[in-house]
Amino acid sequence: MTGTKLLRRIAPQLLTLAAVILLVSIYYPAFYQIVFVNDRLVGIPIDVVKRGAPVALLAIGMTLVIATRGIDLSVGAVMAICGASAAWAIDQGYGIGAALGIAGAAGLVCGLWNGVLVAFFGIQPIVATLILMVAGRGVAQLITGGTILTFDSNEFAYLGSGTLIGVPVPTVIWVLTGIAFGLLVRRTALGLLVESIGVNLRASTLAGINSRVLLIAVYMGSGVCAALAGVIATADIRGADANNAGLWLELDAILAVVIGGNSLLGGRFSILASLLGAMIIQTINTGILLAGFPSEFNLVIKAVLVIVILVLQSPRIMPYLELLASRFKRSSATRLEAGE
Amino acid sequence: MNIRALPLYATIAIFLLAYLICYLQFPAMLSTRVIGNLLTDNAYLGIVAVGMTVVIISGGIDLSVGSVIAFSGVFIAVVLRETGLHPLAAFALLLAITTLFGAAMGGMIHLLAMPPFIVTLAGMFLARGAGYMLTIDSVPIDHAFYETMQRAYYLMPGKGRLTLLGLTMVASVILGMILLHRTKFGTNVYALGGGEATARLMGVAVGRTTVLIYAFSGFMAGLAGIVFSVYTSAGYPLATVGVELNAIAAVVIGGTLLTGGSGYMFGTLIGVLTMGLIQTYIVFDGTLSSWWTKIVIGALLLMFILLQKGLLRLRVSH
Repeated sequence: MTGTKLLRRIAPQLLTLAAVILLVSIYYPAFYQIVFVNDRLVGIPIDVVKRGAPVALLAIGMTLVIATRGIDLSVGAVMAICGASAAWAIDQGYGIGAALGIAGAAGLVCGLWNGVLVAFFGIQPIVATLILMVAGRGVAQLITGGTILTFDSNEFAYLGSGTLIGVPVPTVIWVLTGIAFGLLVRRTALGLLVESIGVNLRASTLAGINSRVLLIAVYMGSGVCAALAGVIATADIRGADANNAGLWLELDAILAVVIGGNSLLGGRFSILASLLGAMIIQTINTGILLAGFPSEFNLVIKAVLVIVILVLQSPRIMPYLELLASRFKRSSATRLEAGE
Repeated sequence: MNIRALPLYATIAIFLLAYLICYLQFPAMLSTRVIGNLLTDNAYLGIVAVGMTVVIISGGIDLSVGSVIAFSGVFIAVVLRETGLHPLAAFALLLAITTLFGAAMGGMIHLLAMPPFIVTLAGMFLARGAGYMLTIDSVPIDHAFYETMQRAYYLMPGKGRLTLLGLTMVASVILGMILLHRTKFGTNVYALGGGEATARLMGVAVGRTTVLIYAFSGFMAGLAGIVFSVYTSAGYPLATVGVELNAIAAVVIGGTLLTGGSGYMFGTLIGVLTMGLIQTYIVFDGTLSSWWTKIVIGALLLMFILLQKGLLRLRVSH
């Protein structure tokens, strides 16, 4: 994608983000202030990019899944499973490397499970991932033994609350993951193949794309993203809470992808736009608290946002908007020709 | 044999088998007391699952029901606290609101041609948020009429109580069965689930049917909210989080195809009772932890989905 094309793609998200920030800063003028204290950057924007880490990570994987015309409802439960496994590993005295390995493996296995159900058994994604969404939290509770599994490891807690040259580690993790996934799908043909599966699975398979393997890989990618999010959430509170870790985050992640302008009907996608969507959600969450609104407005505002985006994205409304835009262009073009 | 009804038979067989296993281990399980409690404790879930069955057979999904139940409880509690309205008047008002809410979602799904999943997700946020806006506390309901409703029961032989709540659920299921299997609306729902384009060509008023389906689900969610508020005597905006998932799970375990177009209302009742039975077993056992409920329900879901997939292949190959 060339520079201008990319900019045009993410322009609605950038404008929304700017509008939200502007709105928040009216109520809370000190929003932009960032200071450097105790070797770390401190400020509201820093807080937003840190707190938004789990949703941003989930949104990366979810973007790819949605691009294949699927959906992954299980990411919240997978977060809980992976966080619980990591905490268990630390608690058992394994090192941080082993803990991360176990969490990552758990994420991959969960993704493999979803992927096999979707690709081999041909089960609708929403149903296939529902199974893990329901059972996953039970599995996570099995690992933690029903309690909040706390651990004492400064190295592991560093992943949740530490900083790297002043920047919070969770932020570094989601930015790097976003770049890694972005390069993987856009510097190879993978992204194109994922889009083609989303547009027409049958035609893609007939054209020689190994859609089964690719589908499984996409769900496994989502599992890895959920594992990273789970590790961050667990490290942040120094404990694995099987009941509440990642609760309802799958909905926020889907919302981030939708705000990112990606169609739920699959096809073209943009990871960058989804990440901006995640930041928009987090800015709203933080902004509502800062502005002194009761947090109960949060859900209603989110609902209104979803409805507005739905109306704009709707296949019934879109043609009218495009028609309007093209008419506007044509009329301005004819005016130019007429020398006005 | 009707191959479409096979998942229903499987559901009933599994339920009876599970009950037999429970009975062999704990003979006390086979008493009208346990059965009465099974109906009462799962009344709200059963009622909401009736609406969900209709939605799922039409090929849709309604994620908003859990939030609508919570909103209903809060709405009733606040109305009773702030005004001198009789609970029955509050119920009528509430049912009108939730039915309109469902109809609005159905209208959006049809007019915007958007997936029901995301429209009802917005509805879920909206209903939960509306509940929060009314109050963020748990509001107790203290009304003589509530006590009358709670005390209303029919004493079955064996001292089991068939409560008003349990009866409401059974009545809802029967209403759902009539609506789905004996009316033109029900036929339209099946046709819609089989494929929207085909349904339209057959002369089904797709828009009106879609609106009615979600209005019915909204009505049932409101009714479930009333039952839940009688059951708990309080309204709490954080209550019944995730009930939509339990309802979907009950519908699927009941043998309804999640792709739409096939299923039976009676199966949903069995699905709800199966889920209740698992919980009762865990209570009876005493050593099992509650999370086994989730894992067993997940396993049952998987089994039924695979069974249905297998049946679908069988039907295609024949």
